[in-house]
Amino acid sequence: MSLHTTQTSQTSSSEDDAAMLDSIERWVEKEVRPIARKFDQADEYPLDLVEQMKELGLFGATIGQQYGGLGLSAITYARIVQIISAVWMAPTGIFNSHLILAQAVERNGTEAQKQYWLPRFATGELRGGLALTEPDAGTDLQSIRTLATATKDGYVINGTKTWISNGIYGTCFAVLTKTDPKAQPRHAGMSMFICEKAPGFTVGRKIKKMGYRSIDSAELVFDNFPISADRLIGGAEGHGFHHAVGGLELGRINVAARGVGLATGALREALRYAQNRSTFGKPIAQHQAIQLKLADMATRAEAARLLVEQAALKYDAGQRCDLEAGMAKLFASEAAVENSMEAMRIFGGYSYSVDFEIERFYRDAPLMCIGEGTNEMQRIIIAKQLVARNPA
Amino acid sequence: MQKIIVGIKRVVDYNVRVRVKPDGSGVALDGVKMSVNPFDEIALEEALRIKERGEATEIIAVSIGPDDAQQQLRTALAMGADRAILVKTDQAIEPLTAAHALLAIIKTEQPDLVIVGKQAIDDDAAQTGPMLAALWGRPQATFCSKLTINGTVATIVREVDAGLETIEVDLPAVISADLRLNEPRYVKLPDIMKAKKKQLDVTDLATLGVSIDDGLKTVHTEAPKARAKGILVKDVAELVDALKKKGLVS
Ligand SMILES: Cc1cc2nc3c(=O)[nH]c(=O)nc-3n(C[C@H](O)[C@H](O)[C@H](O)COP(=O)(O)OP(=O)(O)OC[C@H]3O[C@@H](n4cnc5c(N)ncnc54)[C@H](O)[C@@H]3O)c2cc1C
Repeated sequence: MSLHTTQTSQTSSSEDDAAMLDSIERWVEKEVRPIARKFDQADEYPLDLVEQMKELGLFGATIGQQYGGLGLSAITYARIVQIISAVWMAPTGIFNSHLILAQAVERNGTEAQKQYWLPRFATGELRGGLALTEPDAGTDLQSIRTLATATKDGYVINGTKTWISNGIYGTCFAVLTKTDPKAQPRHAGMSMFICEKAPGFTVGRKIKKMGYRSIDSAELVFDNFPISADRLIGGAEGHGFHHAVGGLELGRINVAARGVGLATGALREALRYAQNRSTFGKPIAQHQAIQLKLADMATRAEAARLLVEQAALKYDAGQRCDLEAGMAKLFASEAAVENSMEAMRIFGGYSYSVDFEIERFYRDAPLMCIGEGTNEMQRIIIAKQLVARNPA
Repeated sequence: MQKIIVGIKRVVDYNVRVRVKPDGSGVALDGVKMSVNPFDEIALEEALRIKERGEATEIIAVSIGPDDAQQQLRTALAMGADRAILVKTDQAIEPLTAAHALLAIIKTEQPDLVIVGKQAIDDDAAQTGPMLAALWGRPQATFCSKLTINGTVATIVREVDAGLETIEVDLPAVISADLRLNEPRYVKLPDIMKAKKKQLDVTDLATLGVSIDDGLKTVHTEAPKARAKGILVKDVAELVDALKKKGLVS
């Protein structure tokens, strides 16, 4: 059954990649699965897992080898994310968001910035994320209000970011600001800075969440936060918006991979339960109503996986893949939501009990429809691309 | 102590549901995930800990098997072995041949300690370690669940039927690792990359002057009978009833 091919398919990955996936699988079974329920319910940050992730090299997974990272391909990275998310999705955010920060520096930074920051990110010595969203600006990023004002030896930043993953335990963030709030088009006045926590840059509050717990989401407050000019990513103003959206292809593959993992994990739990739970003299897996669900769940998980692999292969080949990555993100996140819902039904009353894993899947899944571009926006982007690629 | 040799066998992964070939000639291996024998991982982990305590300087992982066994040796290198040797053979070999091959390696490498798994999870023979010790003319300590080294003497706690037994052996010796000896580390991803640069030598039985023994012949392979499903009983009374019906208690 395909639950297994997801994790051990060795067709397109080298022996190294297979060995890495193997190691991740073992780590997940030994260290992640046993603590997931407890930490999720306590909404407690998994400090031990973070130390293990450092050792495993996950904080440098996609950072180039010349900067101390592993330089993994998108496809191997996506498979790692799937394996972890099939058991507990939240911990993937601890290194996903961090790697998006690293990617912003690696793609857009000056060589000096790369030399300085990337090796520190790769070891996990410095960890953080990406700070775009504000209380009044999410999808419409160009309407952000966080201001970076030039001073004689740098900038001061004022404003509030919210929903920032790793906001409390992370210390370093790529922060999207306006350096010229009057610029037209609006994006021409946007710039991105690497900000390390220091006086003037504090955590407002931790956000209490329905799911995706244990990873901290927080408000970040900048109050006359002074920063030197060498923290401006790329060294020139006006490119922040492109830096923010330029990393989206990999970002979407990444969220899509979480969706595949969660959809597969929900199926795995449901399949096992359906074989063990009996009603009317037979396992419920032999009732047709349950079979229909299992078949649809397996098909969705497999289709989502193939979409992610396709997008990742294109990404690794250096081809444009915004359409493919968008489709993968859209389909895989919806597959995660549907599979977790169907698994709830299969578990019957026990689905509602926090003694089973399935309610966590159900609470965690919707995030993937919102983060990294809402699915409404994905559809709009896909349609626009379709029209652009197929002029009448 | 200088060198430790660790035996690494390529076996069907312990998570795989093994299927017997329809003609009963063996177990289906096509497309099946293969791994390091779990007891060999424990053996390697112990060697690594000895080295990390500063009580050994070099760990050599040795496998006797097909070319693909290089994958398992790479895993051993990624876990921390310093170098590896593959004794290549495409034929299934029996424990005595494996012991002879290991002995040939020992003659050139002159290790102070050999650690192997207590058994491999494919054939479950548990013979290679003891046979090697006999051929080598050195002490053996099987089913080891605790190991301490003191100069040229090793103290071993063994798991035996009656409980635990503590013995001392003079080094060099052969030790076979039991399940509770340690919990092997998982491989770190950067170490998988670094392992590519470590030395892996490939030799074969003929070069080592080892001939293939044919004392064992597999006649037929069959899957174990499916176990009858258990039943749930409400209380002790029902349990006793059920046992009486089966004639197991009177
Ligand atoms: C758990 C969690 C973690 C997060 N982590 C981070 C992080 O690390 N960093 C960060 O910067 N942000 C983060 N976010 C924020 C996230 O990226 C935003 O919530 C998301 O971009 C949506 O923005 P919004 O919430 O402001 O919704 P809005 O933009 O207000 O959207 C509201 C609704 O309107 C729809 N909509 C908006 N515009 C259009 C349009 N033009 N056409 C059609 N429909 C539209 C949306 O699809 C949505 O359904 C996180 C969010 C969550 C829940």
